[in-house]
Amino acid sequence: MHSLLSGDWPRSRILTAMLVTIFAALALAPFVFPGTRPLDVAAKVCVFVLLVASYDLLLGYTGIVSFAHTMFFGIGGYGIAIALSRLEVGWSAIALGSAAAVALSLVLSFLIGLFSLRVKAIFFAMITLAVASFFAILASQLSNVTGGEDGITFKVPELLRPAFRLLEEPVLGIAIGGRFISYYLVFGTSLLLFLALLRVVNSPFGRVLLAIRENDFRAEALGYRTVIYRTIANCLGAVVATLAGVLYALWLRYTGPNTTLDFAIMIDILLMVVIGGMGTMYGAVIGATIFVVAQNYLQDAMKAFSGAMTGVPLLPDLFHPDRWLLWLGVLFVLSVYYFPHGIVGQLRARVGK
Amino acid sequence: MPENLLTLSGVHTHIGHYHILQGVDLAVPRGELTMLLGRNGAGKTTTLRTILGMWRASAGAIRFESADIAHHETPAIADLGIAYVPESMGIFAGLTVRENLVLAARRGPPEEKRLDWIFRYFPPMKTFWHLPAGLLSGGQKQMLSISRAIVEPRKLVLIDEPTKGLAPAIINNLIEAFAELKKTDTTILMVEQNFHAATALGDSVAVMDAGRIVHAGRMADLAADAALQTRLLGLSLEAHQ
Amino acid sequence: MNPIAGKRIDWIPPALMLAIALGALAMIGNPSTWVTLTVAGLAMGLLIFIMSSGLTLVFGLMDVMNFAHGLFIAIGAYVAASTMKLFAAAAGAESFLANLGAVVPAVLAAMLVAGLLGLAFERVIIRPVYGQHLKQILITTGGMIVAEQLIHVFWGPDLLPLPRPSTLRGSFLVGDMAIEKFRLVAVVIGLAVFAGMMIVLNRTKTGLLIRAGVENKEMVEAMGYRIRRLFVGVFVAGSALAGLGGALWGMYQESVTVHIGANMMVLIFIVIIIGGLGSIGGCFTGALLVGLVANYVGFLSPKIALGSNILLMVMVLLWRPQGLYPVGKS
Repeated sequence: MHSLLSGDWPRSRILTAMLVTIFAALALAPFVFPGTRPLDVAAKVCVFVLLVASYDLLLGYTGIVSFAHTMFFGIGGYGIAIALSRLEVGWSAIALGSAAAVALSLVLSFLIGLFSLRVKAIFFAMITLAVASFFAILASQLSNVTGGEDGITFKVPELLRPAFRLLEEPVLGIAIGGRFISYYLVFGTSLLLFLALLRVVNSPFGRVLLAIRENDFRAEALGYRTVIYRTIANCLGAVVATLAGVLYALWLRYTGPNTTLDFAIMIDILLMVVIGGMGTMYGAVIGATIFVVAQNYLQDAMKAFSGAMTGVPLLPDLFHPDRWLLWLGVLFVLSVYYFPHGIVGQLRARVGK
Repeated sequence: MPENLLTLSGVHTHIGHYHILQGVDLAVPRGELTMLLGRNGAGKTTTLRTILGMWRASAGAIRFESADIAHHETPAIADLGIAYVPESMGIFAGLTVRENLVLAARRGPPEEKRLDWIFRYFPPMKTFWHLPAGLLSGGQKQMLSISRAIVEPRKLVLIDEPTKGLAPAIINNLIEAFAELKKTDTTILMVEQNFHAATALGDSVAVMDAGRIVHAGRMADLAADAALQTRLLGLSLEAHQ
Repeated sequence: MNPIAGKRIDWIPPALMLAIALGALAMIGNPSTWVTLTVAGLAMGLLIFIMSSGLTLVFGLMDVMNFAHGLFIAIGAYVAASTMKLFAAAAGAESFLANLGAVVPAVLAAMLVAGLLGLAFERVIIRPVYGQHLKQILITTGGMIVAEQLIHVFWGPDLLPLPRPSTLRGSFLVGDMAIEKFRLVAVVIGLAVFAGMMIVLNRTKTGLLIRAGVENKEMVEAMGYRIRRLFVGVFVAGSALAGLGGALWGMYQESVTVHIGANMMVLIFIVIIIGGLGSIGGCFTGALLVGLVANYVGFLSPKIALGSNILLMVMVLLWRPQGLYPVGKS
């Protein structure tokens, strides 16, 4: 277990309990939460845990704020989508699409890193915003290739199709078919990549990243070429985000600007990583779970609350289900001020007392 | 012995994790020019910046006239009549020479007499009056920086390595100007590595090493004692002759 | 080379603009179309200038990049829309003076509310994170999210119409050229704002302090000036200007949506990066360039129009990495 987690223990009973619960829920999702919607939520949680963890590598461990992360997420999605809609549907198409997407992400993140990481953080953030914006424009304009605003719907290999049946008889009441297999593909890959990220941040490389984040002058003086480390971190984060995009597209059997490139998604990632806890990796798990679950189920709760409040001025509007982002935004701002290491940080701090 | 305009007692300054000033005791007599000498990294610039409030002293007292200024903000300290000529000169390149001086003259437009004095010792100020200060050469920028400090009567002027990187002819020009300035009864605390300039101008002297004052006394005494010079300052000052 | 100093102006960028304008004329062919596009480009550019000038000064002066700046634009637009609705009768009247009776309150209200919001924002959100760039970026982005949601709460999610007053609708016809009246008004207001800024920056002591502070904040403080107070003033003025820009932009588009501010932010960032962070002259030139390029390319090659400004930014940065008119930081 120690080497599986690369020595990065949760270090808090409550956190451990939460993580175990989430892991169990995700691992057994098809059995515990039957029905299309809950499985959808579970798959989305897996993808976003990975996406946010890759962002944590950048923000929490290296101290870089980039607004271009959704671009890499989109490259993964579009890579797979284009490959599966142009080429013969099969695993080789998936391999080719993923490889091409990863290659493109590597090149782009390398260039971005080389150009912008030498400059001030604020300048870098603005440039990534412009680059991401440009990419989103490209995606919507080159409709021949990318399907424009409508995106691309595509077929997946037979194994993953909902109609496919692996076993004739249901196991524990659940049909073992394409959906089932797709889910475990997403879950398994996300888990593997997440553990890989844990390995990276707990390696000597990861420690240098932390040193650079703390004080890059000092790190430079100690002989570490910070630009190289930052670029590698940037590239690594981009590649993992791309793979997350591939998984998401395979699950949805669709890729479009609104599922991958929308700036709202970038904002969501920021919210998840800060509320969960920057620089902890586990924060991504907590943050993504809370966010995706809230996105899907909190609105019902708020609707009930809002309904109960009709007649009172302003309150119904503040608690209108569409305003859930308001409260998460407030939580986000408070987290940056008072809880820089988010929920995970708070839970760990309690242990110290 | 004239009274002290400025005294530092047991001043410590930390910058991040680094403990730069480790208990500085310094007295700056009124109306004199006090030289602050020492090797690179001894903490001389940090001392000036701490006096001005740019670095906060973590311990100790800084008394100016009768006030304790150790925890004041920089603008408030400057307002008490303290001017600063930093090592980097700090001139505003996009502003004209005239605008630089107007900004420095807080009490109103610069006095005619003062301007005449400045033009006499630093003629380029007149030539470049309406031109952006960024066009000035290194030596001319230093002249502007000093002019700004003296465009109005000041109680104390802090000057950080004014002769650094300048040609000998310009250094002599500056020494002449400072000598004239001393006659106006301005108190000056100057950091210098150029021993020639130091001995020509200094009345009292303090030598810093590793964040502390290791010697204080009259400049004349130090100038006459070659053995003491070598012991306190090593070879570094010889190289700057 | 700082054009604000006055004596040694770098004329290359304006010459470049002229070259682009003439080049566009050659490519477009039809002079009256070119005039329409050029006026549209100048109007759009000047409106962007109004919206971004505050942001660049704030960054130059205090090293604070407010990613929530778009919020002041949005508030300005919304307040203007609500005020115009209040004065709908005056706005609909056929006399220019009567129309002013609607437009002036709308614009003033927009500036006032945006300015007050700026005051609150600086104290509550920005002040605690001076100097901590990472937190600044996160906090201001978060502030933007919360503010957009609050706009939803107060004004609802639907698109709000912001019609132009009657005498400002339609176009002037000169020969076979059609020049939109409102665009002309936008150009006039934009130039007036620029002229006003130049006067303040170059002929007043406050302006002197701002220019000096952008270069070397520490030295200004060492001269006895309390620059923190100046900063609050600049921030509030910048927010009010953003509100003005938002109100005018809303009228330009004739509708207001929640994302009106956020949509402009990418363009604004491009403009201030092209111009040089902290430089008003640069911001002005950059904004005009962006406005002109967007309109010319929008006509000549609509497909690449949206991305053209980003390409413009890349090209300018390859030529002058610090922007067209970098501020010499001491």
